[in-house]
This record gives sequence, C-alpha cells and structure tokens, in this order.
Amino acid sequence: MTEPRRPKLAGFLWAVVRLREAGIGLFIIILVGLVTLRVPAFLSPDNLLDILLNISILAIVALAQTMVIITHGIDLSVSSMIGLAAMMVAFVVKQNPEMPALLALLLGMMLGAALGAFNGLIITYGKVPPLIATLGTLSIYRGLVFFYSGGTWINSFELPKSFKLLSKGTPLLLPNMVLLALLAALIVYYFLNHTRAGRDIYAVGSNPEAAQMSGIPKQRVLFLVYLLSGVACGLAAVLWASRFESAQTNTALGFELQTVAASVVGGVSISGGVGTVPGVILGALLLGIIQNALTIVRISPFWQLAAQGLLILIAVIVDHLVQQRAQREVQS
Amino acid sequence: MKQTPLAPAETQVTNLINEFAPRRSFLARFQRWEWMLVGLIVLVVLLNTQLSPYFLDALNLSRTSSDFMEMGLMMLPMVFIIITGNIDLSVASNLGMCASLMGWLFMQGVNIWVAAFAALLLGTLAGFFNGLLAARMKLPALVVTLGTYAFYRGVAYVLLGDQAARDYPEAFTYLGQGRLPGTLIPFSVALFIVLAAAFGLVLHRTTFGRYLYGIGNNENACIYSGVPVSRIKLIIFTLSGFMAALAGLILAARFGSTRPDIGNGLELSVITAAVLGGVDINGGVGSMVGACLSLLLIGLMRFGMGLLNIQGQVQGVVIGLLLILSILLPNGLVQLSGVKRLDRRSILAVLVVVILFALFFGFFFWSRAPVLIGG
Repeated sequence: MTEPRRPKLAGFLWAVVRLREAGIGLFIIILVGLVTLRVPAFLSPDNLLDILLNISILAIVALAQTMVIITHGIDLSVSSMIGLAAMMVAFVVKQNPEMPALLALLLGMMLGAALGAFNGLIITYGKVPPLIATLGTLSIYRGLVFFYSGGTWINSFELPKSFKLLSKGTPLLLPNMVLLALLAALIVYYFLNHTRAGRDIYAVGSNPEAAQMSGIPKQRVLFLVYLLSGVACGLAAVLWASRFESAQTNTALGFELQTVAASVVGGVSISGGVGTVPGVILGALLLGIIQNALTIVRISPFWQLAAQGLLILIAVIVDHLVQQRAQREVQS
Repeated sequence: MKQTPLAPAETQVTNLINEFAPRRSFLARFQRWEWMLVGLIVLVVLLNTQLSPYFLDALNLSRTSSDFMEMGLMMLPMVFIIITGNIDLSVASNLGMCASLMGWLFMQGVNIWVAAFAALLLGTLAGFFNGLLAARMKLPALVVTLGTYAFYRGVAYVLLGDQAARDYPEAFTYLGQGRLPGTLIPFSVALFIVLAAAFGLVLHRTTFGRYLYGIGNNENACIYSGVPVSRIKLIIFTLSGFMAALAGLILAARFGSTRPDIGNGLELSVITAAVLGGVDINGGVGSMVGACLSLLLIGLMRFGMGLLNIQGQVQGVVIGLLLILSILLPNGLVQLSGVKRLDRRSILAVLVVVILFALFFGFFFWSRAPVLIGG
C-alpha cells in the first residue's frame, strides 16, 4: 500500500479530522479564538464557569444517551423522565424542607431508575423498537408530570436553601454540578472501556448477531443501558430543579434533541457500535460554547436553534466524507 | 408456524409466504390489525356517547375533525417513508418554517397567495434537501432529519422572532376554517380525503408503491434488481416536505395567525398515528387504510377526552400507552404462546421491574396526596 502523496498542511489536517476528538477540539479552539477576538470577556473565568455550569446537565444525560445509541437504540424519553423526576423530587423536598439534599439526589436517581427500567422492560422483553417505546413513554411521562402536579409549578421560595445549593455550592473549588458531571464522565469512561459489561455494549451495537452467538446476554445489556439512562436522568432532574430553583410542567421539554445532538456531534454513530466519552464531552462543550458565544456576540437568541441544527448537519456530513475517504484509502 | 395439511390453497400460499418472510408474525398480525382498529373505534364511539351527550353532535364533530387534518396531511407521506424503513423527524419544523415564511412575507406586504406559493416552494426544497442527504449521501435519515428538525425550526424563529403574523384575508383562512358550501364538511377534511385516496392508490396499486415495500424489506435486493432506490427515497422525502408546507398553510389559516412555534411537537403525533395504524417502524409493512383508521381513532379519543375535561398533556398518557400496547400486546402473546420458553432469570427480571414500578407508583400517589387534598 502506498501512502497517497499530499501537501504537508493538508496531511496534518487530515490526520486531525480523522481523529474525531481532535477534529472537534480544533473546531472548538478556532471558535473560541474568533469569539475572543471579538469579545475578550469570553475567556474570563466567570464566563467559562458559566459555560461549564450550562453543559453539566447536558453532559450527564448525553453520556447515558451515548450508551443507548451505541447499542443502536435511542432514548427519546429523557426529557420527560427529567421533567417527571424533577417535579416529584421538588414536591417531596417542598413537603420536607429539612430533608438532606443528598437524600433528594438519591431519591431522584431511584425514581429515574424506575422510569428507565420500564423503558428497558418494554424494549427487551416486550420487543418494542426503542424509537417507538421511548416515543410512547415521552408522552406518557410528560402526561404524568401534569397529572402529578395538577398543572402547578414549584417555585424558588418553596424550596429550601440546602436543596438550591446542591448544584451550585462550591466546597471543592468548582460547583458541585460540574464535579458531578466530571465524575459521571470518569465513571462512564471506566465502565465503557475497562469493564466487561461496558465492552458488551459496544459488541451488541456493532454486531448484535455475533454478540449473541458469542454468548453476550444481549437483552440484559439493552436493559442495562435504558436503566442507566433513567438513573442519569434522575440525577440530572435533581440538578435541574436545584439549579433553576423550580420545577415546572415543561421542565426539559425538547431536551432529548440536545442530548442526541451532543452525542452525534461528538462522533457517536447512530447505527451503533461507535462512540467515545471524550468525544461526547467535547460535543456537549461545543454546543454549550456556541450557545454562550451567540449570546455574548449579541446575535439574536433566535439564531440558536438554527445554529444547533446546522452544527448537527455539518457534523454528520463531515463524518460521512471522512469515512468515505478512509474507506478509499483502505481499498487502495 | 406449522403448515396444516387441510388448509385451502390460499392459506397454504400465505403460510408459504409467511414461512419465508423475515417477520412472519408481523405479517399475520397486521392482516387483522385494521379490524382491531375498527373495533377500537366502535368501542371509543360507544363509550364516548355514554359519557358525554355532546359527542355525537354533528357540528362538534365537524369542528374537531379539522383539528387533526394537519397531522393527517403529514402522515400520508410519512407512511411512505416509514414503509421504506426511514423516518422524517423534521416535518413539524418544516411546517413551522413554511408557515413562518408565509407570515413574514405577508407582513412585508406580499400578496398572501404569492406568499403561500413561496412557502410551498420552500417546503418542497426543504424536503428535497432531506432527501439529498438521506438518499444521495446515504446518511441515516434519523440523524439528518434530527438536524433539519432543529435547523428548520430555527429558521422559523429567525424569520418571525417574537412576532406573530396575523390578519390574513378571509379567502385564505377559508383553507383552514371554511366548509364545503352547503355541508358541514370542513374544506381541510375534504382535501385530506382526496389526498389520502391518492396516496393510498399510489401505495397499493402502483409499481412505485410496491417498490416502497421492497425497499423496506430488503434495500440491497432492490438495488440489485434495478429499482431506482435513491431516486425513490429522494421523491418521498421531497413529497414529505411539500405536504408539510401544505399542512403549514392550513394550520396557519385555521389559527388565523402564525407564530414561529406553530405545530411544535407535531412530528411525534404524526409518527404515532402511522405506527398505531400498523406501519412497522422497521419498514416493509403497513397500509394506508390502517394509518387513516388510526388517525380517526386518535382524533375520536382526543375529542372524547377533551369533552371530559381531560388536559391535552394527560391525554398523551393514553395515546402513548395505546402506541406501546399496540406493539407490546401482540409481541407478548407470541412469547406467551410457548414459542419461546421463559427462563427463570427473565421472570425474575420482569418481577423486579414490576416491583420497582409498583414502588414508584406507590410513591407517586403517596407523595401527591397533599395536592389532592388541596395543600
């Protein structure tokens, strides 16, 4: 095989683009550079912290979404799980103001686990396609939010201070929420790369038949990822209620799109089997930076959604072109 | 499936087909699915007439029927797309973008019909763009349309911002609010019926329609048999864009105004209607009659629940459950009928989830008690 000749710069760029994480990293650096030239305050510690705070919840849920997508599934119900768990936790906290904040966190994760387990059950044992199953629970869980709250909201003054500080408190330099997101990323990284169950997730996603033949319990792996997605949503729900100091009937409405976007931009393949934790974190970071940059450069907030959509499209198109070229290289 | 020796020739052939079809249980099931839907519709009508005296009111039914026509118009091409094993998540955003463009142009002083034409053109182009990416570049339709879902809705916000376009001329609002002269049939319903018949004929009576099933069942086989797969996909995505724009015009006409969030979330209702109608999300199976029956069922259920003062969001619980059950029950029956023995482990897993869920709902109602009492 002869290495195709190419100018040096193009060769370097090719190498960078080919490594997905490096490609997004480069894009982020260029973007940050451009925005900083325009508005130097962009790189101030306050603003950076703001970006981190804004993407923490997204990162936690996107990590779980990534595991689901790696198995060639999708979890559209994340937004409704967050909404329901947030409403229930906020309600319980309102009724019991002296409740320790950590217990609220635990409660949220358990509620999320129950919701995720239900998804997992109908997908594995009920053999309902993931898209349909979670489309159904998307509206079921959202409906339960209305049913539960009777259409009312939980406002900031109804929540105790300890609960509000749960996400924003900074006992260890960074806000708890950011630390939790980092911790989640480390755990998921270890889980996906260094444990048997984690490797099984990739195996099921890249070739379900082969995985089953080699004795991987496919159903149990699928059940696990939806369960974990629920747990992550429960955690995210408590953080959400704590950060925004409220629980509304429309909490996290439409959030499922952002989690899928962060995964896809981060190089997770929707056809399963491909995706890394650093990629997803960078994907979430890119989404957060774009959101922040648009505001700080004073582009109308109405552009945000269009920019997000454009970013997803660019990501998949670039991915496709890179893959095509890589394939051609292998063939030659 | 065991072949019975005394079965008539027709059943034998069906059995033979089922023997070789990859999803025979699906095929067998959906032959009867339309009848299930008819039964459910009868049940819902009977139940609702018992529950509310206003249900069987012609004027009420006429008014409420037009509420579901935008959904229906987008459902028609969606059935095509899902049968080929693809999906279009961008329809509602496309609807919003087109309606917003029309509203924006109208506010700039452009004639409403010119604006409407421009919206139709934009919608068709947007569908064509989806098709280009999904069919020509062979990107997964789910991701492509997820991207354009955000992008098209974003364009709607860019166009109108926090404004609302209103004061459309009466000749235009007729599209959404008017009735056929001398009858109670809304114009949009008549339009839907005509188009549904056309789409149904194309799906079930033309080569193009057969190709759609072929692509859904085995795309590679179709490519090797010389079916112009990528052109067909391009056509159906473009068609979907056009219909989304048309639905946008009708929705804007019905509301008499356009805001950029118009039709938000409608794509999920559209997909729900198609899947509940027996269209297999994995492609290859489905009928236009089933899809239209399911639209009718959803419409009647929502109307009935609305009369009972059940909030729209809580109605979603029922529709969502119905969607899941429509696939879960037949699958569960197949499993329970002894095709596959349940081992102890899976029974244990089911039990754990059931207990978990029971605990969840126990907590759900226990913690909610103060709300009910009025605390």
